[in-house]
Amino acid sequence: MTTDRLCVNMFFSHASSKILRTSIHRHGAAVLRSANFTTKETIDIKKCDVHLLDEAPATSVLVAREDALQYYRSMQTMRSLALKARELHKQNIIRGPCHLYTGQEACAVGIEAAITDTDRLITAYRSHGFTFTRGGSLKEIIAEMAGRRTGISKGRGGPMHMFTKNFHGGYAIVGSQVSLGAGLALALKYRNTDDLSVCVYGDGAANQGQVAETMNMAALWKLPVIFACENNGYAKGTSVGRCTVNTDFYKRGDVIPGLRVDGMDVLSVREATRFASDHCRSGKVSFLFNKMEHLSLCRFISTCPFLVSQGPIIMELQTYRFFGHAIGDTEHKYRTADEVDKIRKERDPISLLEGHLIRNNMANMEELREINEKSVTDVEEASQFAIQSPEPLVEELCNYIYCNNPPLNIRGINPWTKLKSSM
Amino acid sequence: MALSVKCVLRSGRNTVSLLRRQAFHRSATSAVQVTVRDALNQAMDEELERDERVFLLGEEVAQYDGAYKVSRGLWKKYGDKRIMDTPISEMGFTGIAVGAAMAGLRPICEFMTFNFSMQAIDQVINSAAKTCYMSAGLQSVPIVFRGPNGSSAGVAAQHSQCFAAWYAHCPGLKVVSPWSSEDAKGLLKAAIRDDNPVVFLENELLYGVPFEMSDESQSKDFTVPIGKAKIERQGSHVTLVSHSRYVGHCLDAAAVLAKEGVECEVINLRSIRPMDVESIETSVMKTNHLVTVEGGWPQFGVGAEICARIMEGPAFNYLDSPATRVTGVDIPMPYAKILEDNSVPQIKDVIFSVKKTLNLA
Repeated sequence: MTTDRLCVNMFFSHASSKILRTSIHRHGAAVLRSANFTTKETIDIKKCDVHLLDEAPATSVLVAREDALQYYRSMQTMRSLALKARELHKQNIIRGPCHLYTGQEACAVGIEAAITDTDRLITAYRSHGFTFTRGGSLKEIIAEMAGRRTGISKGRGGPMHMFTKNFHGGYAIVGSQVSLGAGLALALKYRNTDDLSVCVYGDGAANQGQVAETMNMAALWKLPVIFACENNGYAKGTSVGRCTVNTDFYKRGDVIPGLRVDGMDVLSVREATRFASDHCRSGKVSFLFNKMEHLSLCRFISTCPFLVSQGPIIMELQTYRFFGHAIGDTEHKYRTADEVDKIRKERDPISLLEGHLIRNNMANMEELREINEKSVTDVEEASQFAIQSPEPLVEELCNYIYCNNPPLNIRGINPWTKLKSSM
Repeated sequence: MALSVKCVLRSGRNTVSLLRRQAFHRSATSAVQVTVRDALNQAMDEELERDERVFLLGEEVAQYDGAYKVSRGLWKKYGDKRIMDTPISEMGFTGIAVGAAMAGLRPICEFMTFNFSMQAIDQVINSAAKTCYMSAGLQSVPIVFRGPNGSSAGVAAQHSQCFAAWYAHCPGLKVVSPWSSEDAKGLLKAAIRDDNPVVFLENELLYGVPFEMSDESQSKDFTVPIGKAKIERQGSHVTLVSHSRYVGHCLDAAAVLAKEGVECEVINLRSIRPMDVESIETSVMKTNHLVTVEGGWPQFGVGAEICARIMEGPAFNYLDSPATRVTGVDIPMPYAKILEDNSVPQIKDVIFSVKKTLNLA
């Protein structure tokens, strides 16, 4: 057997991801090329700052090529999605406030890489990235943004209010999602599950009174919640320095332990989330195990009565958004183009991951370019689907006011308009 | 007698002697006397037993047995996990309760009084009420917000507001306001079983009042449907529509007016949203006169809504005189007894308004 053949066989035995199987069908030559790449590599990442913790997330992490490519693929797709949203907003197909996630992709992807399908997640309005990582399809997401019947919320929510199973939305009231997220954790603990709640909020929301209230209760009741603060440096047009005295957001939980993480590096976010999850789920024993390989053992350990959840933890993700607060924001009022350009050049999460992959011989630019092109095509296809989808039926205007409710009459705009909520 | 009445009104307890004069709804089968407090307690006890997803949280609900003793004995029976004392953090714990409901539990979130719900009103409206619609039914919020609403006795302005109109303004919520023990028990059980956010407006002055409860209402599956009013008293000359404590005032007024030959039909709304407008319309089409009675302020209130709805429906053509609203005075609630008594509808005010509406005064 030639070396090439052996490599191909080895490759096939490791090719478990659907994406790679698809690329096998399409790019035979690429498959043979990829057989020469490193499949697993230990990569160094930045050390996290810690608060009230004896340990910190690892600074050397084992990364599988398939996983890294999946993260890359997700981030590129989210990047393309945001650019498409920008374009559609200019054409007035997407209306209202649309808060792009560009630049923060590593946060959503890194978090998702370290939590399970049954964990819960909640965030505010910068939510398209999370809707995608939590299982929403591009078609449903763009259709929702465009207010179509085929949207993930059937056109009723719009860009800010998207939901999937175990992704509890999409909220416009800054900080409100923090209490809700702790409530999700309460339910998970109540039911004695091994699951946790990831509650995402921003540097602006951190100054909401209800955040302090919620953190007090989360600590008091040892709720399994990761308070994930996406510190992108700006609360809309107000920089962190102009509105916050204590900008160490990872310490703002007072007695709650915290981590400060490089939110532009998906591997750092993943590792920190892994560390934080272990903290929440059970005592320190499960920290020793790789979650993915020993999940059943972790579950067993976490149900032992003497090992209770350590309670909440804060994970401050230092990140940056490359566009304004929302589309149409007058960015120049509060930050310079130079500042944005500098961070784009030096700290773009997609470029950082590219660097990891290339330096460690886990991919080449050609393959990454193909992924990029595919992401653009996928988004374009979804966008066409969305634009061609019909708008919601006006007859269904009043549906979904209540859940599981018999039909009722709803007063319309004038006394002669008798509307019905039929579900 | 006058002194004991004064004591009774101030303390809000033992209003038995004053209110036994009301015409109770007597069922055909044997009845038992139960206070509103005990009826609420029974409702929660039964629902906690029936469904392990149900739990109660709020200030003093557990070890203190409830600020007004409504949850007496529940913590002893069900423990810390299901009866949770919270810090004084309304916005925080209300959000936590809503989040727990989103994850599939069925919380009962107590506000010590609904005045304090204003701290948390964003979570009630924006997170609870609107989410089913925003998510096109994907995310339900099966939660009950309960606590005393409206004026009490000597508690002054910041503890006396009626929130029926504010909450009932918002689509996505259900808002109920029981009067009798049967209302209280049946509606609370229905609210807990409902998959939607329900605002449950109690009244502190009613907690200690005993009402007869039918055999039927002693069943663990007894519920009162949300959205349906109850005719407490049949009549043919005027329709009195009210909710909560003022249903009692209407019945008392009706008893006095009956001696003068005026027969009042008294409707107990039970639900403010959805409101049973059909029952009001049917009654007005019979009596041709309408008087609404509530404790809340007049502007944009429950009575205002009823009048607007009557104008828009078939009953308008049956009115022989404009509808009358009897409401609280449009001021923050004063403390001094003489001022407080003159700030809320008394029985004499209902009698007067009926007579004016019927052109008898």
